[in-house]
Amino acid sequence: MLNNVGRPTQPNAASDAAISQETYTGNKALNLETPLIFEQGVPGRIGVDFKEPKKVKSKLGALAKKSKIGLPDLSEPQVLRHYVRLSRQNYSIDAGFYPLGSCTMKHNPRINEKAARVTGLGDIHPLQPISTVQGALGLIDELAHWLKTITGMPAVAMSPAAGAHGELCGVMAIRSAHAAKGEARVRILVPESAHGTNPATAALCGYKVDAVPARDDGRMDMEAFKAKLGPDVAGVMLTNPNTCGLFEKDVKEIADLIHGVGGYFYCDGANLNAILGKTRPGDLGVDAMHINLHKTFSTPHGGGGPGSGPVVLSDALAPFAPVPFVVEGAEGFYLQENVEGDAESSFGRMKTYHGQMGMFIRALAYMKSHGSDGLRQIAEDAVLNANYIRVGLNDLLHAPFEGVCMHEALFDDSTLKDTGVTTLDIAKAMIDEGYHPMTMYFPLVVHGAMLIEPTESESKDTLDMFIGSMRYLVEKAQSSNDADFFLQAPIHAPRRRLDETGAARKPILRWNAEA
Amino acid sequence: MRYMPHTADERQAMLEKIGVGSVDDLFIDIPEKARLNELLDLPLHATEMDVDASMQAYGAQNLSPSVAPSFLGAGAYRHHVPTVVDHLIQRSEFLTAYTPYQPEISQGTLQALFEFQSQVALITGMDVANASMYDGATSCAEAVLMACRVTRRKKALLSGNLHPHYREVTGTTVQFTDFSVTEFDPRLDGEEDFSVKLDKDIACVVVQNPDFFGRLQDFTALSEKCHEVGALLVIVVTEVVSLGAVLSPGEMGADIVVGEGQSIGVPLSFGGPYVGLLATRQKYVRQMPGRLCGETVDQEGKRGFVLTLSTREQHIRREKATSNICTNAGLCSLAFSIHMSLLGETGFTKLAEINHAEAVSLAEALSAIDGVDVVNDTFFNEFTVTLPMPAEEVVEQLAAKGILGGVPVSRLMPNNSEFKNHLLVAATETTRSDDVERFVSALKEIV
Amino acid sequence: MSLKFTKDHEWIAIEGDVATIGISDYAQEQLGDVVFVEVPDVGADLSKGDELAVVESVKAASEVYAPVSGVVIEVNSELEDAPSKVNEDAFGDGWFAKIRLTDVDEVAELMDDDAYKTYIEGLS
Repeated sequence: MLNNVGRPTQPNAASDAAISQETYTGNKALNLETPLIFEQGVPGRIGVDFKEPKKVKSKLGALAKKSKIGLPDLSEPQVLRHYVRLSRQNYSIDAGFYPLGSCTMKHNPRINEKAARVTGLGDIHPLQPISTVQGALGLIDELAHWLKTITGMPAVAMSPAAGAHGELCGVMAIRSAHAAKGEARVRILVPESAHGTNPATAALCGYKVDAVPARDDGRMDMEAFKAKLGPDVAGVMLTNPNTCGLFEKDVKEIADLIHGVGGYFYCDGANLNAILGKTRPGDLGVDAMHINLHKTFSTPHGGGGPGSGPVVLSDALAPFAPVPFVVEGAEGFYLQENVEGDAESSFGRMKTYHGQMGMFIRALAYMKSHGSDGLRQIAEDAVLNANYIRVGLNDLLHAPFEGVCMHEALFDDSTLKDTGVTTLDIAKAMIDEGYHPMTMYFPLVVHGAMLIEPTESESKDTLDMFIGSMRYLVEKAQSSNDADFFLQAPIHAPRRRLDETGAARKPILRWNAEA
Repeated sequence: MRYMPHTADERQAMLEKIGVGSVDDLFIDIPEKARLNELLDLPLHATEMDVDASMQAYGAQNLSPSVAPSFLGAGAYRHHVPTVVDHLIQRSEFLTAYTPYQPEISQGTLQALFEFQSQVALITGMDVANASMYDGATSCAEAVLMACRVTRRKKALLSGNLHPHYREVTGTTVQFTDFSVTEFDPRLDGEEDFSVKLDKDIACVVVQNPDFFGRLQDFTALSEKCHEVGALLVIVVTEVVSLGAVLSPGEMGADIVVGEGQSIGVPLSFGGPYVGLLATRQKYVRQMPGRLCGETVDQEGKRGFVLTLSTREQHIRREKATSNICTNAGLCSLAFSIHMSLLGETGFTKLAEINHAEAVSLAEALSAIDGVDVVNDTFFNEFTVTLPMPAEEVVEQLAAKGILGGVPVSRLMPNNSEFKNHLLVAATETTRSDDVERFVSALKEIV
Repeated sequence: MSLKFTKDHEWIAIEGDVATIGISDYAQEQLGDVVFVEVPDVGADLSKGDELAVVESVKAASEVYAPVSGVVIEVNSELEDAPSKVNEDAFGDGWFAKIRLTDVDEVAELMDDDAYKTYIEGLS
């Protein structure tokens, strides 16, 4: 028999007429919107089941709550769907290339996540008796050993919660070291190209920031630096490799000079990835350096945290390290939790408990996976990839500084001049190309800066495609009058450009029930 | 190496394209004397299987509260985290996203932050909350700095019943600024008289509810006293589940609320990462530290979210920033928000009710033991007991029996002999009846 | 009434011993959309060069310094709700504060209209 009830198996012949892009739901096939969680609740639903509470006589006294809070009630499948839909509106390193200079967006291995959830690690309480957490303290001690070996430094303070917190730790140690000598120094030297956290940190430690200009080759101006040295200088805060992606060649001289006036050398370790196994900050004269475990050692960025920022310290600064810290004694490990005994010079405590243990576990798993050979390979491939991008683009985009770069390639916007297209426009067009934009307008010392950090995780194929895409965009900007193409971008993202001015003029920072 | 894609041939081809002979030619800017020619003195790379085994081995050396009866609190609490929470935060798009500086491709993180801020504002009874901070103690320090900016005053008073680590972190943070803190002595009865020091030079008074010893207190009168002299009241909450059962800080007249959000959605993880909460009144928004997410519209008029008021932050204000912090607790705040969404009003208040009931029942069981007395007249899910011997010794003996029996007050106040025999004990919805029975019978043998 | 200018792009208009202060049209254009202006407290006693106000755009915050010394007698509180006035009418509704001069001689050190025009031409 002839079966004539089948469905069409070829696309229909369509006319050229424009069709409406709108849908009834506002969704577009796999692009699914979700209202605020507060707009989805129905009182009485619940997403967690509980046993009935025991009947007891309340000990809340007069403080028992009488008013409603105003939280929405939802079932588990509703909550699951809400967050799955939200997640799909995010770009992520798992999904695509993130050439975000200074941020080291690299592969996040999942064994690290598994390790952080091991029974006896992820679920232990910070104030358990020390005898019941010997494994945890041993793990912290091993991580400390790796960090000290990698950096060639004698000590490490583990508790800082992020890079900026680590900076605060390092500069507080510097201030304490001067105070211990009876010195009150007032100035701290910071290159113009520094991360914004550096001056913010120095100010919190009561220091006046004295900015040192950059030289034409993108490094700190040594003459200007020397001219600013004096007995009132507490130290220098230098990022190395610096924020232009360049190694500060004069780093040893900088260290000698600052030590010569009795100051200390703080190194911002944000760019440690480029030098793993190739050189050690300890051999460069560094006194303190924070290590962003979420960058170099791949504990995930998580949409903005949590981070972890242990600080390696020289012998001169180690006595001032914050509590708590792990000490190995005759009967195993113990925690020095208070400012006394071994820690009598400590400048204090920075965090409720001992540090970002969950991040320590992930970072140690990452380091063990790589080993000494893999760590060096990280630096070599990260620098190789950045230079590959540099030579792939530097005939079209202008590199403000000559020569090889470290882990990131920096361009300015001079070849976009008079095109009507800005660095921001190129970045937004990159979104339509399926990339996360590079770092823009940083460092501030380069006009319209585009800072591209590919990391070691990316393959040659990915880099070739990226270079091709960037060339396509820059050539389009230079050759066409189609500025609108760039001004409209992105057009394929879950949202078009957003009104940041409106958001800042009339801040709406929370949901409010309809009046 | 499984994480790095290049083959030897590809590396060679790339070097040729760059125009250098070897990869070492790319590192020529490093001073020759400081270059490493040997591998670091560390083990070579390891298989996933071996890494897994070594981490499991570390875990096996610890006594896990998932296995042992546990009554630990003092600022960190064991709660049940629904399976959905950990599943969702491990989705690639949340776990491996960067800070949402590109709002067009970060609406997931941003909308979740906006919902988080709303939830925190609601439970604390305040107008606005930020997108989270490192942890409770760092939030506390930031609140003091904020109060000094708002009032243009330089002194803060810290309650003696504020968690000792919060006091220490605050003191450490302000030590090199123009600001100073005055700490009161801890008191089991909570009868602190701030009025002796509360004058027109004081920027804020910082108190905790429930306090470090677990006591509940109504700070409404204190807030009025603060406001009379133009000072702010900062109320710290280290157990946020209490906000499901107890009068909120906002209802008591707090100007800034600081919290540790770990109890909702975040594992104990030996003390971190956790999620610091900071909420305040609308009029102080521009003096607030930390990241903020706000609602706006896109080019087509669709609702969307962006990071906003960023001129307060370090990357723009540099040395004039409100804080040097540039991260929030990202994934932990997401976990908090997902857990809170699952709970809702009904679940959150019920969770609080169960926690309180378990603690009351534990307190009854412990106070029936000879020589053990419950100190608190009021509490939420944690209280202080006195023992006939040093609490530190009792806890060690309990640990030897496989029980995590609370936190000795002396661990956090080592130089205060008054509290040698005092033990902090907490119960939550995870407390099982047989755990309590084991705890009680072990304690009877020891004291 | 003629305006006087500083190199930091503040303008002042003098009436008797009272100076009205704002930022120039050039300055608001450079800043972009102004989203917030922090004005001083009435009664603040400022020396020339002290911080008078902070003006914020989405991406930048700039301090506005007192071009002359004096006591703040009035501030433009409408900027709180409508910071866009700085963009729309920098020399009019977008004024920041009025101060009573304590040293009238300082006014003479400022640029006049023509000098300021020449100055900003030199900047681009």
